[in-house]
Amino acid sequence: MADHDHDHHHDHGSELSETQLRVRALETVLTEKGYVDPAALDAIIETYETKVGPHNGARVVAKAWSDPAFKQALLEDASKAVRTLGHESRVGDHLVAVENTSSLHNMIVCTLCSCYPWEVLGLPPVWYKSAPYRSRAVKDPRGVLADFGVKVSKDIQIRVWDSTAETRFIVLPMRPAGTEGWSEERLAQLVTRDSMIGTGFPKTPEEVA
Amino acid sequence: MDGVHDMGGMDGFGKVEPEPNEPPFHAPWEGRVLAMQRSMGYAGTWHIDMARFAQERLPPQVYLSASYYQRWALAMETNVVERGYAGADELAAGHAARPGKPITRKLTPDVVKQGMTRGSFYRQAQGPARFKPGDRVRTKNIHPATHTRLPRYARGRVGVVELVHGCHAFPDSVAIDKGDNPQWLYTVVFDGGELWGPDADPTVKVSIDAFEPYLEPA
Repeated sequence: MADHDHDHHHDHGSELSETQLRVRALETVLTEKGYVDPAALDAIIETYETKVGPHNGARVVAKAWSDPAFKQALLEDASKAVRTLGHESRVGDHLVAVENTSSLHNMIVCTLCSCYPWEVLGLPPVWYKSAPYRSRAVKDPRGVLADFGVKVSKDIQIRVWDSTAETRFIVLPMRPAGTEGWSEERLAQLVTRDSMIGTGFPKTPEEVA
Repeated sequence: MDGVHDMGGMDGFGKVEPEPNEPPFHAPWEGRVLAMQRSMGYAGTWHIDMARFAQERLPPQVYLSASYYQRWALAMETNVVERGYAGADELAAGHAARPGKPITRKLTPDVVKQGMTRGSFYRQAQGPARFKPGDRVRTKNIHPATHTRLPRYARGRVGVVELVHGCHAFPDSVAIDKGDNPQWLYTVVFDGGELWGPDADPTVKVSIDAFEPYLEPA
């Protein structure tokens, strides 16, 4: 697979079979050697496909919007605060929540590889792992936001967090207007994955009406 | 190492293209690669920094043309072979020809949850933290030929310490089998102009997480 040009969105044609064969060979060898258990691999894949995802992070954000004590705990020690919610994928020690305000917009990137808060957002999307995002987010974040159709006014400071160590960041977006009195469950429906990376905003009440 | 993986600030890669309704995996083999990586990590075979370093050592044209999970697979092959878990001949043949090496523990279906939890990177501090929030620091101008987490765009730049994350295993050391060598870890924030010059957007700040050996007082 190493010798071929590759479209980062799709595998197709003969390349698919080459990659498939190579990965299958690797799995067979590791299984025969006694290192991996194919049934455990199935269970891991199923967990990522069905249980771990941005809905976990959305719950965290919705709770922070509705519960000031939880919000404070989240901003002080996100790992500890999120652990109290009992997630499917248990949270490690190094999660940091960063808050958007009327004067500050946060964005998360990993320029060196693709570090991402898997525990609260699930699998990273292809664009997050792509060269265009990794290269430009730290130099031209407003240009990157424009690629998402997102405009942040010039009087708002942009802060880009490059995840160069094992710290993982999640953006706490601003609560949309017109959601007074909403339950956490209802608020969670407004929280998009991209709003927790900083390349988008939460949905408005009108968008989910 | 000054490789193509260190992409921050490079031009020419084009627009970011979000994919609507993106599936978890684009092909079944991607999930197998991810799950094997988790299993081998649980088995104590190699550290995540060694996986990253193996990716960085891919030839630039391979790194840039391979997909994310293809890079993972290639790096896994590298570590499997270099660390003696299987021979290149066995990978080529698609079957084991010799017995395996002992592993610390095996990820089985009953412990999948534990196997998917990130380990802690905290380590016992070897001394007091040299810096505190608010301190002005300059990143060192270093170019190690091996793994480092100090990106090129942020070398030799003056920033301010914002957060102290405690003492962590030091990737530059771990990746080359020199042990944890624990170091204090800080979030250091830079003005856009310090990184990108006078034409930079004055409303942008960028932070990195920097290990203490990357920093000196400014």
